[in-house]
Amino acid sequence: MTPGGSGPMREREYSQISTHSSSPMESPQKKQPLARRKWQVFPGRNKFFCNGRIMMARQIGVFYLTLVLILVTSGLFFTFDCPYLAVKITPAIPVVGGILFFFVMGTLLRTSFSDPGVLPRATPDEAADLERQIDIANGSSAGGYRPPPRTKEVVINGQTVKLKYCFTCKIFRPPRASHCSLCDNCVERFDHHCPWVGNCVGKRNYRFFYMFILSLSFLTIFIFAFVITHVILRSQQGGFLSALKDSPASVLEAVVCFFAVWSIVGLSGFHTYLISSNQTTNEDIKGSWSSKRGNYNPYSYGNILTNCCTALCGPLAPSLIDRRGLVQADTPQPAAPSNGITMYGATQSQSNMCDQDQCIQSTKFVLQAAATPLLQTEPSIIGGDEPPLPGKTTIGAPCATLAHGQPTPPSSMPNLTAETVLTDMIPLKEEYEGHQFLTPEEAPSPPGMLPAGSPITHSHTMHMLNLASQDSLHEDSVRGLVKLSSV
Amino acid sequence: MRQQQAAVAGKVFVQRDYTNGTLCQFQTKFPPELENRIDRQQFEETVRTLNNLYAEAEKLGGQSYLEGCLACLTAYTIFLCMETHYEKILKKITKYIQEQNEKVYAPQGLLLTDPLERGLRVIEITIYEDRSMSSGR
Repeated sequence: MTPGGSGPMREREYSQISTHSSSPMESPQKKQPLARRKWQVFPGRNKFFCNGRIMMARQIGVFYLTLVLILVTSGLFFTFDCPYLAVKITPAIPVVGGILFFFVMGTLLRTSFSDPGVLPRATPDEAADLERQIDIANGSSAGGYRPPPRTKEVVINGQTVKLKYCFTCKIFRPPRASHCSLCDNCVERFDHHCPWVGNCVGKRNYRFFYMFILSLSFLTIFIFAFVITHVILRSQQGGFLSALKDSPASVLEAVVCFFAVWSIVGLSGFHTYLISSNQTTNEDIKGSWSSKRGNYNPYSYGNILTNCCTALCGPLAPSLIDRRGLVQADTPQPAAPSNGITMYGATQSQSNMCDQDQCIQSTKFVLQAAATPLLQTEPSIIGGDEPPLPGKTTIGAPCATLAHGQPTPPSSMPNLTAETVLTDMIPLKEEYEGHQFLTPEEAPSPPGMLPAGSPITHSHTMHMLNLASQDSLHEDSVRGLVKLSSV
Repeated sequence: MRQQQAAVAGKVFVQRDYTNGTLCQFQTKFPPELENRIDRQQFEETVRTLNNLYAEAEKLGGQSYLEGCLACLTAYTIFLCMETHYEKILKKITKYIQEQNEKVYAPQGLLLTDPLERGLRVIEITIYEDRSMSSGR
């Protein structure tokens, strides 16, 4: 690489190296007809709104329920109870209630809409480099039937912590990060996936989540107390039953609040404990730092006040995934598209990896085709169609589909069959699942989202629509197997 | 069409150093691939400066607590007009990396990529092919 020269550091001709970070103004060699935003090619299973400003999980039905419960109960309170109470007791009641309500809504929306701390997936170069290092570490004779366990050990504050390798994201997870299977992302300081807020709770939105449940506890107790007060005051005037008849809304509010209080206050208490001991829900459930195991928590500052201040008032890390940035034509994309071919052209260093991955992919398809008769009733379509797919459809089509998730069909029990399935299957399955929803339902798609030059895609769309339920079943079984195999 | 840029000969990835917990720190271990491209001292100084900058961004102190409390009281709407301390430091880091690239690394045929573009996982150093004008040496 370096022909003999005078001294270790010669001046070299590098005028062509651009030291500026990639700018969207560079004209790429392959002309992109439409500049895409990064959220549109995001490999995880998230939904994006407002052109990438809002990020949520795929299933947000329960989030709507949360909104409805809070809005309806508070609405009824302000409409029916507050006028009476403001006059009878003090107008401060609706004011305080109003402040609490806005705080609850603000923190809820902030929790639901923000990026929880998703780690972007490794670029193909990084993934290849890591693989090389793992092979060296394992003596490169590993392989056989089981991939070797990929863990790294690191000592943090005197405690040995194991870093696991994430097969989906192709990175070694930082300590306290975890992969959310619902969102298909690795999230930093992963706490849990909360369906009530429709998002994961992680490093970046934990404080909003805590503020939400704390303020919601106060709001619930507040409404409950004053609804009871209202009914009591009214019944002093005219009897209990007539009081109920005069304000029937109070009954509904009391019932909702009664049931909510137990769960929300309990949850607040639990998270207060977690914050003061600087643990995540994930760690607490697994008992990672319990004294029974002889461990101690290496992340705790030892002092409850410091732990609380860190969690709630510490610096807020910015989002690592740059949702609204424009996709660069010559930037390597993360290795989510299954067969390793980057969407916008492969660089020289990736070509070897592409060939190898192609080979792996075709083997997988053969296995899958062989195994699918065990699961499904229409094996012929899948078996026949799959081999030509990765070459053509992956390049253009799933750009949008990977980002836009639709509610998944109800997940069935993982069906364990004798397939040898590798993890890379799952991103491919995502394409199928997303792809089938693109045509009928994706109304606001920008022009040209479906690949213009790939007629095969269109014909496959019809097949995909028919295979909706079968694919989800298959996906679940794949996931089940992967969980077993990637121990 | 001719390539506008010099050809890439390889990439080196400087991984994160987790011995101090989840703080963003990078390993100062010198990668062997850069052996005859850059001075060991220079490289370590670059990484150490970056580590210090990241530590400053995540520092828990009076300023960060004040910012956190103020943000909480204004229901986090203050971030619509104000940049967080972390973001300010990240801008500083980007400038520092650019400056280092222009002054030190590009003349040696290397290019540092801002870790923020790689999710704060690695410092990616691209090694470009030797395009020296000297002929037949």
